[in-house]
Amino acid sequence: MIEIRGIQKNFGKLEVLKGFDFSLSVGKITAILGPNGSGKTTFIKSILGLVIPSAGEIQFEEKSIYKGWNYRKHIGYLPQIARFPENLKVKEIFKLIEDVRGEVGNTEELIDLFDLHEFLNKRLRQLSGGTRQKVNLVLTFMFDCPIYILDEPTSGLDPIALIRLKDLIKEKKSQGKTFLVTTHIMSLVEEIADELIFLLEGQVYFKGTFGEMLWAEKEENLERAIANILEKENAKDS
Amino acid sequence: MLKILKYSFFDLIRSRWSIIYFLFYLVSGFVLLYLSNDVSKAIVSLMNITFILTPLIGTIFGVMNFYNSREFIELLLAQPIPRKNIFLGMLLGICSSLSLSLFLGMGLPFVFYGILISGKIMSLVILLLSGVFLTCIFTAISFYIALINENRLRGFGMAILFWLFMAFIYDGIFLLLMLFLQEYPIEKFAIAMSLLNPIDLSRIMIMLKLDISALMGYTGAVFSKFFGNNVGMFISITALSIWTIIPSILILRNSSRKDF
Repeated sequence: MIEIRGIQKNFGKLEVLKGFDFSLSVGKITAILGPNGSGKTTFIKSILGLVIPSAGEIQFEEKSIYKGWNYRKHIGYLPQIARFPENLKVKEIFKLIEDVRGEVGNTEELIDLFDLHEFLNKRLRQLSGGTRQKVNLVLTFMFDCPIYILDEPTSGLDPIALIRLKDLIKEKKSQGKTFLVTTHIMSLVEEIADELIFLLEGQVYFKGTFGEMLWAEKEENLERAIANILEKENAKDS
Repeated sequence: MLKILKYSFFDLIRSRWSIIYFLFYLVSGFVLLYLSNDVSKAIVSLMNITFILTPLIGTIFGVMNFYNSREFIELLLAQPIPRKNIFLGMLLGICSSLSLSLFLGMGLPFVFYGILISGKIMSLVILLLSGVFLTCIFTAISFYIALINENRLRGFGMAILFWLFMAFIYDGIFLLLMLFLQEYPIEKFAIAMSLLNPIDLSRIMIMLKLDISALMGYTGAVFSKFFGNNVGMFISITALSIWTIIPSILILRNSSRKDF
């Protein structure tokens, strides 16, 4: 579905992605892990065409993504930071994205799920960070897409919203949807992810299942396994 | 593009600053008209306010709107629409909402005063037209400056400096140059210098329309002498259109290969 070959990205002298291959497993939830600055967001943004790679090729259904923008209608994207035009109302932002896509989304169901009814007529600048994130989630899931790309989906969510989000992801997965998720919350990864890729300094350090990662690092939980990898790298550097 | 324009317009028109901007023109318009009791005088006074304020407000809105919409632009870029629609839609959204504040704020006092039956409606039209041009030109330039500067403070500083240069410093340099070169024939040089500053161009356009030779100044007189009033007006409008189109093209070119 999404094939990436030799992707490289430099920002000036800084090499953020150092040329690796990746293919997204259909119908699975893939978590992208890595320390801050390892290139997770740049990688995701490259797939969406927000960042233009310095070298390499990204294909969606065997077609280069640079030959058109239409492929993006198959992707639901949740940006890391939820900020919207301040003076628009919540219901207007939903309408805006529906207008832009030219599709009617299933907003009602999602508004119920995240308890957003009382906020529909509020302006976006009046919302708290958590509520803005819920609006962000509705915008991501309102269309039926085969792929969802989520950048830090849990930020600012309360426990109830978090549980509902996890259930929503599991439900979509059972319908055969594919997910690519970045997060720093290891418990979320352990609960939902089928596959992991661990990015380190712009390279794929590890790709496999959760169990394989624990086995490779001889640890009992993911947090420790990752700490292990980072400590090894630090020792190598010094 | 029209969809983005529509929402960007509604977002801005509801902002407190758009309303303050509208009220400022409304109050200034009424005060100047009813105090001077003369349409031409009121237009000249309003022109002096407009030609400083419109570019400044356009500059501030252009930069602020771009930086404030940074994350929202990312969300839009991930949607199935071409990049140029997003940026053109946003730019036109800012220009149209600011222009509406200007149009209503300045137009209403004149309508109440009875401009529609006074026969001087064209002078007001030219003033509003040049205000709209200046809004679009300075919004587009500051939007472009914000686009090419990741550092917000630097972008904001550069945009304000550009406004300061065009609104004040340029005329100072122009005057000094004319003083030094007064022994040479400098008509063509003066015309070229005026074409390179949209604020000067707008001023000349209004002076040509009002035909007040005492206020025309040297460049206005040169324009009038060289081209006559009608051709002068046509050249001013063409030059202002070019001033609007060039930064818009730069925005489209730069945004198509920028990383977000």
